Amino acid sequence: MPNVSDYQWPPMETRKVIGKRISRVDGLPKASGRAKYAYDFYRKDLLFGVLVGCPYAHARVKSIDDSAAKAMKGVTAIEWSVKPGSELQWQGQEIVAVAAETEETARDAARAIKVEYEVLPHVVREDDLAAVGNRAKAAGEQVTGDPDTAFKSAAQVHEGFYHIPVLTHCCLEAHGQTVEWTPNGINYWPSTQGVSTVGGDLAQNLNVPANTVHVDMQNVGGGFGSKFSADHWGVMCANLSKNSGGRPVKMMLERNLELMTAGNRPSGFAQIKVAADQDGKIVAWQSKSWATGGIGGGGAPPIPYVFTNIPHVRLNHSAVATNCGGSRAWRAPNHPQASYLTCSALDDLAHKLNMDPVEFFDKNFELTARADTYKWQIRKAAELMEWASKYKPRGSSPGPVKSGVGLAVCTWGGGGHTSNCLATINRDGSVVIELGTQDLGVGARTIIMQVAAETYGLPLSMIDLRIGKNSYPVSGPSGGSTTSGGVSSSTRKATVNALEKLYEAVAPSLGVQPNQLQAVDARIQVKGDPSKAIPWKQACAKLGTTPIQEKGFNDQRRPEGLNASGVGGVQMAEVSVDTETGIVRMKKFVAVQDVGLVLNPKLAESQMNGAVIMGICGALLEERVMDQQTGKMLNADMEFYKLAGIGDVGEIVSVLDMRPTTDKRGVIGIGEPCAVGVVAAIANAVTNAIGVRVSGVPMTPNRVLAALEGRTA
Amino acid sequence: MSAKPPRPPVDRETKPKRSNFSRRGFIQGLGVGGGVLSGGLLETALPNAAEAAPATIGPDPVTITLRLNGKSTQVAVEPRTTLLDALRNRLGMTGVKRVCDRGACGACTMIINGKVMYGCTVLAIDAQGKNIETIEGLAPEGKYHPVSEAFVNNDAQQCGFCTPGFVMAAKNFIDLHPDPTLEDVEKGLGGNFCRCGTYVGIRPAVLEAAKKMKGGARNA
Ligand code: FES
Ligand code: FES
Repeated sequence: MPNVSDYQWPPMETRKVIGKRISRVDGLPKASGRAKYAYDFYRKDLLFGVLVGCPYAHARVKSIDDSAAKAMKGVTAIEWSVKPGSELQWQGQEIVAVAAETEETARDAARAIKVEYEVLPHVVREDDLAAVGNRAKAAGEQVTGDPDTAFKSAAQVHEGFYHIPVLTHCCLEAHGQTVEWTPNGINYWPSTQGVSTVGGDLAQNLNVPANTVHVDMQNVGGGFGSKFSADHWGVMCANLSKNSGGRPVKMMLERNLELMTAGNRPSGFAQIKVAADQDGKIVAWQSKSWATGGIGGGGAPPIPYVFTNIPHVRLNHSAVATNCGGSRAWRAPNHPQASYLTCSALDDLAHKLNMDPVEFFDKNFELTARADTYKWQIRKAAELMEWASKYKPRGSSPGPVKSGVGLAVCTWGGGGHTSNCLATINRDGSVVIELGTQDLGVGARTIIMQVAAETYGLPLSMIDLRIGKNSYPVSGPSGGSTTSGGVSSSTRKATVNALEKLYEAVAPSLGVQPNQLQAVDARIQVKGDPSKAIPWKQACAKLGTTPIQEKGFNDQRRPEGLNASGVGGVQMAEVSVDTETGIVRMKKFVAVQDVGLVLNPKLAESQMNGAVIMGICGALLEERVMDQQTGKMLNADMEFYKLAGIGDVGEIVSVLDMRPTTDKRGVIGIGEPCAVGVVAAIANAVTNAIGVRVSGVPMTPNRVLAALEGRTA
Repeated sequence: MSAKPPRPPVDRETKPKRSNFSRRGFIQGLGVGGGVLSGGLLETALPNAAEAAPATIGPDPVTITLRLNGKSTQVAVEPRTTLLDALRNRLGMTGVKRVCDRGACGACTMIINGKVMYGCTVLAIDAQGKNIETIEGLAPEGKYHPVSEAFVNNDAQQCGFCTPGFVMAAKNFIDLHPDPTLEDVEKGLGGNFCRCGTYVGIRPAVLEAAKKMKGGARNA
């Protein structure tokens, strides 16, 4: 066994493959339509499943009747998830699924199913806390210090109301799967964020042994936190296959159900009071917040965000249970809401103090856990944004089309999840790397191959990487930005272990001890003496008949310097606002992010850019709209559930902090943090431009015009 | 609620004009023993047929011929089946993606008679006799189209689910606008959405591909 120090990442200056701007290895299959997703499963004997959701926000099933559907030609199975008496808690909740020879027939059969409901009272909107009655559950008040006295003696106090709506994940590949229930086990092709975990989830729900479920997923069309479990529809799909003679059944959610029931991000509403002393130091915070994440209520956003050391704080939070689809993890759970609520209130306080927000935030970074990081970042971001020349006091931009700048902060954990990797070196020189992980599009495949290539001193093209099946060594699900840290560390360890074995086999022929060897440029050579070397293939030929196979394990709790957790970021937005139409346009966005060791800057920057664009959608376009009258979601489609297009995002400057001091921390995932501060930065920029705060997001023309006219939208 | 400024359509038919479905061509393609022809259809197809009941076909599947990537391909579809579903569900051509299934996202973009169309808004039977190009036809096995390559060079994709639609839209856009500016690209590709947020890569990718295709790499 090599000792821990052998596993360490090679020093920055000697890296040959990691840290390089390498194009993603699965780019061409994807860009040519050849990559297969769960949605693309196709076989001649494939059956099509259609899921039916509850049409009401709250109802009890009175009777069910599938006789007409059953009698239809081509229908092979019907699977109910309710019975008379079942209570349904949201529109879209699973009722029944149908399998048929064609999708058209399955849809006809779904329409032919009759369910009688008793419609029950519902609450689907949480914006007016007074109107939700006993649906609001207050968590106990939390007090630090003496906020009342602090507010009294403060130099400046600001009070404001801010809100951010429920968003849906809206993955372009809908949730769903194909299941084939054979006598030899269950073949399961899901769209998932956890190939090593989702099979066990399905097995448990089907009450079959976990080792009989075989998961295979090579590509996934987006997850963002919503694709961890096998879901009801996975279980229903399996039963449809079982009852259709074991033929494979594909059942993907239709877009409306996808938006109603396959995951969303809780809202955040807050009445905030915040105060500062004469120097602009924040002294007190008080908030009354509420949120909904569906019938289970809604989590408390961690406010005051980032500025966790404000001395005097009073917090009250209520979780509101609504008859809406349940929330799921959403790219930095609760952080975008917290960043928006906090940074909006702080920006308003800075305005009252007549301070430039950069100066105000900078001064108060002492109240955060990583003041030095934020201080460096705010300077960097301000420089790239040209803040000093662009910033004008709030509302002083002339003309009908006004411009403004704003800023916000973010933080996240990261770290590396539990991951096992198996590395094989064959006698013919071929190498195989296996992990039960998945590539959500962030580049997991690419960085794993980079790590293996770096350790072995081989070109990327020689690495045969296999992921996406639960028959490979267990790796954690991709959530919380933990994949990069996890898979890179386990791969590093497995390949170092395997290489060690190769050194042992080769050392005698070079007349040195194994620890005198190194692997570079597809050769095993004596350290510092390229003349004493054996090409990789010949080195491997020295192995006996048994290939080398070694494991590498990343223990989430003991990263051994290979990966780390805890980052900060500063983000700045520049917008223009047409005060006649209310339309907000993005001009420029700057994100400066702390990331640890960057395995591949090209992919990491894409990850940041994507997170920023997701935030732009949330700031200007996206929101789930519920109608209290009917209990229905009004925009369960992609015409009115709006996403940004290519012309809506402006210039984006994403900067990774790749200084040696951060590099030495090891790998830190950044899927989440860059998505956090965007909404707040844009909201502050809009306020800076038009001189008044648009109290909620998204900042649609209607809300912007309302704010300008002093009415509530 | 409308926050989005309207996107100017650039050579993009989001709502295809319903073609005049050629009954005569249809019958010829069908052969006699199809068993799906109503008397009305036969009658109206005959020259000088007397006033007759409106033609109906279906609801059972009918065999049609599609001109797909230069090859004639027969497929049995119900008359209500979209071109997108015919390709994905009947022919296993899954490069073209289904996301919104109602003309809002561009994931199912294909090129029909030289124009970008959403496959989910075209009935398969209406696509007969037209030149249909899909992502599968862009490059032969083992080769890649310059647009696909430019997407990879510029990391214009993450999960990749929107990518085939974008690549098709970009290919057609470049064919029609060989010398685009960045602004043209933003307008021309306004009919496709990406949830992962890859637009920062798509912009230079399209410009790079346009340059390469001008240099003669058009037919990979
Ligand atoms: S699937 Fe056709 S436009 Fe969205
Ligand atoms: S790359 Fe994922 S939707 Fe575009």
